[in-house]
Amino acid sequence: MRWAIALAAILHREALRFVGQRGRFVAALVRPLVWLFVFAAGFRAALGLSITPPYQTYITYEVYIVPGLCGMILLFNGMQSSLSLVYDREMGSMRLLLTAPLPRWWLLFSKLLAGTLVSILQCAAFLAIAALWGIRAPMLGYVMVIPALLLSGLMLGALGLMLSSVIKQLENFAGVMNFVIFPMFFLSSALYPLWKMAEASPRLRDLCQLNPFTHAVELIRFALYGQVNGMAALWVTLALGLFSVAALWGYDPARGVQNRKA
Amino acid sequence: MTGLIVSNLSYAYGAKQALRDVSFDLPKGRFCALLGPNGAGKSTLFNLLTGLFTAPRGDITVAGINLGRQPRAALARMGVVFQQPTLDLDLSVRRNLLYFAALHGIAGPEAAARADAALAQLGMAERAGEKVRGLNGGHRRRMEIARALMHRPEVLLLDEPTVGLDAASRAAITAHVHALADAGLTVLWATHLTDEVQDSDRVILLHKGTVIADDTAAALRGAEALRDTFLRLTGGNAA
Repeated sequence: MRWAIALAAILHREALRFVGQRGRFVAALVRPLVWLFVFAAGFRAALGLSITPPYQTYITYEVYIVPGLCGMILLFNGMQSSLSLVYDREMGSMRLLLTAPLPRWWLLFSKLLAGTLVSILQCAAFLAIAALWGIRAPMLGYVMVIPALLLSGLMLGALGLMLSSVIKQLENFAGVMNFVIFPMFFLSSALYPLWKMAEASPRLRDLCQLNPFTHAVELIRFALYGQVNGMAALWVTLALGLFSVAALWGYDPARGVQNRKA
Repeated sequence: MTGLIVSNLSYAYGAKQALRDVSFDLPKGRFCALLGPNGAGKSTLFNLLTGLFTAPRGDITVAGINLGRQPRAALARMGVVFQQPTLDLDLSVRRNLLYFAALHGIAGPEAAARADAALAQLGMAERAGEKVRGLNGGHRRRMEIARALMHRPEVLLLDEPTVGLDAASRAAITAHVHALADAGLTVLWATHLTDEVQDSDRVILLHKGTVIADDTAAALRGAEALRDTFLRLTGGNAA
């Protein structure tokens, strides 16, 4: 009961902050929309896509890129919300959270879930705008994509949490952009299908295949078209487990994330 | 009935020893100033007392409960005011209080009643709906203290709670917390400002990670001002 009360309060707080910071919401939405309307529109002529699952017909590049951009929203938010924990701005509220009389893993999980739910709302807004633009998925897809976004969002949030606890050099967001977000995003199937990558270099394709973000994007892509990609789900779940264990290890009080403040 | 017992606590950041064999024992209902210059180890001690770090050696007992063995039960008996601000500036005063109550498992009408009581005690009942951003620094700190007492702890820890406040707010908050101790709360107040300490207070003087004095302020200072005693004992590097 105490656990549920704390979880509800953490979710409520995140929701209120989300509603209160409309600027942040718009900013987070602009990024994928720029990719969709500018990058993808210019790129559609350059890239020919053959029919690959889950698509049953020829698709335009805009259609291909939408799941990857959902992944991008999750990736940015996951990094941002987890890393904001260790910046001074949020340091106090993190202390408040971690001194609550509840297991630390539960408090961190609650925080992670709250951040992920906000990301899902942003994905929903993005998909709605894409639909207005004419990029539509089947109705079933919009339902099935929710658990896919949840699993992927938790995985990427756990990655951020892990980084925030174990890596001391990533002191600012620019560092995270360069060393985490960009490599993860570009070395994935978000922008090009893996077979296209393989045409350029099989080794590049292999790297992409190791990237958990690729599997998150594929999970979202298949779910959006009403299909379950079991392999991708498995990979994302494994990555979630791995990152969670590492994050808990990093937040172990015997080691102490605040240890850096020597 | 014991308030807060610390025994043989040591902590190191790698090779750098931050606390060396720190021990003290605060009885219930006592105001104790943890006095030390910057870098004495006060913040490290606070991180250990609040369970943010755990020490490889030494024990902490809060109201009779061992923090290492039963961290959650011990934390439930402890109120903490951190040096860093911990309020959500864009949420209302009331919402901040309810969020904290929920973290301690208090919800519904009980949480509302306790938030109202805290606000009434602060004389801020009519500002409950305002965003915290609109409050001045003194009010924010008063609010954090009231919030730290919502779950009715037996021990209150404050880490340099008057940093950045003007003289009037500083005096008001210092007096307020002294009154709380008189009412039966065990208070550990970390500071490097000797004018926040009253003669009857217990003073634990921390210097380079070691307790170098532990007595009432009156006994410690003798005929001189506490500030002079403090500077003398810590080699003058507090100024």
